[in-house]
Amino acid sequence: MVSRLDELVGFEPLSPGHSACAGCGAMIAVRQVLLAVPQPYIVVNATGCVEVVTTQYPNTAWRVPYVHVAFENAAAVASGIEAALRVLKEKGLARDHRVVVIAGDGGTADIGLQALSGALERRHSFLYVCYDNEAYMNTGIQRSSLTPHGAWTSTTPFGKAGPKKDLIAFAVSHGVPYAATASPYFWKDLANKVRKALTFDGPTFLHVLAPCNRGWRFDPSLTMRIAKLAVETRYFPLYEVEEGKYRINYFVSRPRPLEEFLRLQERFSYLLRPENAHLLEELKREVEARWEGLVRLAGS
Amino acid sequence: MLLNSLLMTGNEAAAYAVKQSDVDLITAYPITPQTTIVEKLAEYVGRGDVKAAMVLIESEHSALSACIGASAAGARVFTATSSQGLAYMHEVMYVASGLRLPIVMAVANRALSAPINIHCDHSDIMGSRDSGWVQVFCEDPQDVYDNVVKAFRLAEDPRVLLPVAVNFNGFTTSHSCEPVAVLPDEEVRRFLPRRERHRLSYDEPMTIGGFALPDAYFESKVEQEKALRAAGRVFTEVEELYPNSESKRGAIHAEWTGGRVKLICMGDVAGSLRHFVKTQRLQDIFDVLSVRLFRPFPRRRLIELLNDAELVVVMDRSLSPGAVSPPLVSEVKSALYDAGFRVPVWSVVYGLGGKPVTLRKIGRLLGEAERGVREREARSRRILLR
Ligand SMILES: Cc1ncc(C[n+]2csc(CCOP(=O)(O)OP(=O)(O)O)c2C)c(N)n1
Ligand SMILES: [Mg+2]
Repeated sequence: MVSRLDELVGFEPLSPGHSACAGCGAMIAVRQVLLAVPQPYIVVNATGCVEVVTTQYPNTAWRVPYVHVAFENAAAVASGIEAALRVLKEKGLARDHRVVVIAGDGGTADIGLQALSGALERRHSFLYVCYDNEAYMNTGIQRSSLTPHGAWTSTTPFGKAGPKKDLIAFAVSHGVPYAATASPYFWKDLANKVRKALTFDGPTFLHVLAPCNRGWRFDPSLTMRIAKLAVETRYFPLYEVEEGKYRINYFVSRPRPLEEFLRLQERFSYLLRPENAHLLEELKREVEARWEGLVRLAGS
Repeated sequence: MLLNSLLMTGNEAAAYAVKQSDVDLITAYPITPQTTIVEKLAEYVGRGDVKAAMVLIESEHSALSACIGASAAGARVFTATSSQGLAYMHEVMYVASGLRLPIVMAVANRALSAPINIHCDHSDIMGSRDSGWVQVFCEDPQDVYDNVVKAFRLAEDPRVLLPVAVNFNGFTTSHSCEPVAVLPDEEVRRFLPRRERHRLSYDEPMTIGGFALPDAYFESKVEQEKALRAAGRVFTEVEELYPNSESKRGAIHAEWTGGRVKLICMGDVAGSLRHFVKTQRLQDIFDVLSVRLFRPFPRRRLIELLNDAELVVVMDRSLSPGAVSPPLVSEVKSALYDAGFRVPVWSVVYGLGGKPVTLRKIGRLLGEAERGVREREARSRRILLR
């Protein structure tokens, strides 16, 4: 169990000087995740913001072995690495490495879903981390299937219609031994989930909320506040599913009004207009339904 | 050396070669006519004949992606596909070569949809001909066996470090049985030593697959092409080193030379052409030049062989819709033009979607070519050998 910051900070896998935006939630999340992963490990990254800001040739921000192949296939690449390392180790041709996949919401929930499903079903041992900034940020803020209902993106100028996909349910439906959500504000919870995930043999899945000030349109100083409010409004509940058993890690008994989370972000300004009150209502209902569903599943 | 002769289909020959090549990871997705390769390999791995991870994956895109990951981790890897599967891989083929990964892939060539068709032509691989892979074509199951073994050596050569696609015709080679002389296991092992190369490892952390701005991108592509060109020389070296010297056929296989008309083709049609020319005793008129190395294209060797040509007839098994010429004849014409060599070139398209190339059709074509050269007809022509 990690309970103090100094238990976490050891080897920094990412060097400073990469080109992420100030206040980038994805980079904070990735750093937190990797600080909790014991060496040696290999990072597999899908195309997206994290890849672009860390690997501009001839520089690299990575102090650990890192590979990026394409947008939709990170889980397949990881499958190959994991399966190959087992054999190479037996033949005395390589040492053991853990495999950590880092992919965005687009690379995970949309175009990468098939490769992910295949890899989970084949039970490769790796930790798959989806950093969810709720849109295709790298290409200029287009909607993904994890964009929330009513949010502005450059392809949903009047708000996205329909709820986020349930990624954890997707992972759990494959019988993964461990799946969890996390928010970088709750860094201890996040780090401990990473540590826990790595104790299982087989695929494990982490869905991390990654506020994006460019895409969500908020001041870069507010990243952590938004990461906190997302949880405290029940917008993004913190929970885990261990061998099929749901557990809520932060039981939000008295949620803050959803508007507190929404108002800080201009992407919701359309939704917050008086004439769009019905949209706001729909989003609220959805958030509540998600929470209640979770409470039922957790049996708490 | 005592060679064992086994009766095998092209697909079995490919699988047998992989079995002997000490691969670490095999992954493939079923598609006719490639499927029996993976089935055979699954049996070998299941029986413990091969110490490899067998990843029974959910798509061809993922199959090649897994190969890329495994190869980047230092593994010797193999995959196989055909047609739609190859098209599905197209995106990642460029990544495999761009990352300089020595992956070996068998391609049992098959037509592309639509209309859907399971039979042979070369439109699948021609769609990826500029993907930066070494591309080899086989004439028969023996050639498949030899080329798969050689492909690992060629791919892993430090001057090359590129993926290799070993092509052979769907059904007519993939499913036809012939005796194949196979090397003893230890011979193959000796021929394929493990070599150090770039890879993902904690001991020497490396970033593989970063992004490049225009200057770096341009330079990296130029370097990559140099490696592909070097593969031409290494191909010849590998043939020299290969323990079975009888299997040395060259980048362009010419069983005899001296004819005035040069028939240029790829794949097993070379056998039909040779058979026809030999049985009709037409060797003085026709040479059969079978291009076994398509990428990098062996243009110098081609020009040497075309030195005394009066007519060149090029057989393409795919179309390049809207282009000046189909793929193979385009290469031949470019090579001739660069060499300052003006000779009539006939472009023949045959066998699309598995349309059989009968001896009668060959006879008709060769008859016309003979007349053409006798009457010194200087025109270039386009023929559809339906
Ligand atoms: C096959 C393919 N389609 C589209 C793209 C263009 N593309 C690159 S990154 C990206 C969006 C990435 O979104 P996400 O996975 O959410 O990561 P983020 O950029 O938000 O970090 C897209 C559409 C691509 N590289 N490859
Ligand atoms: Mg995103």
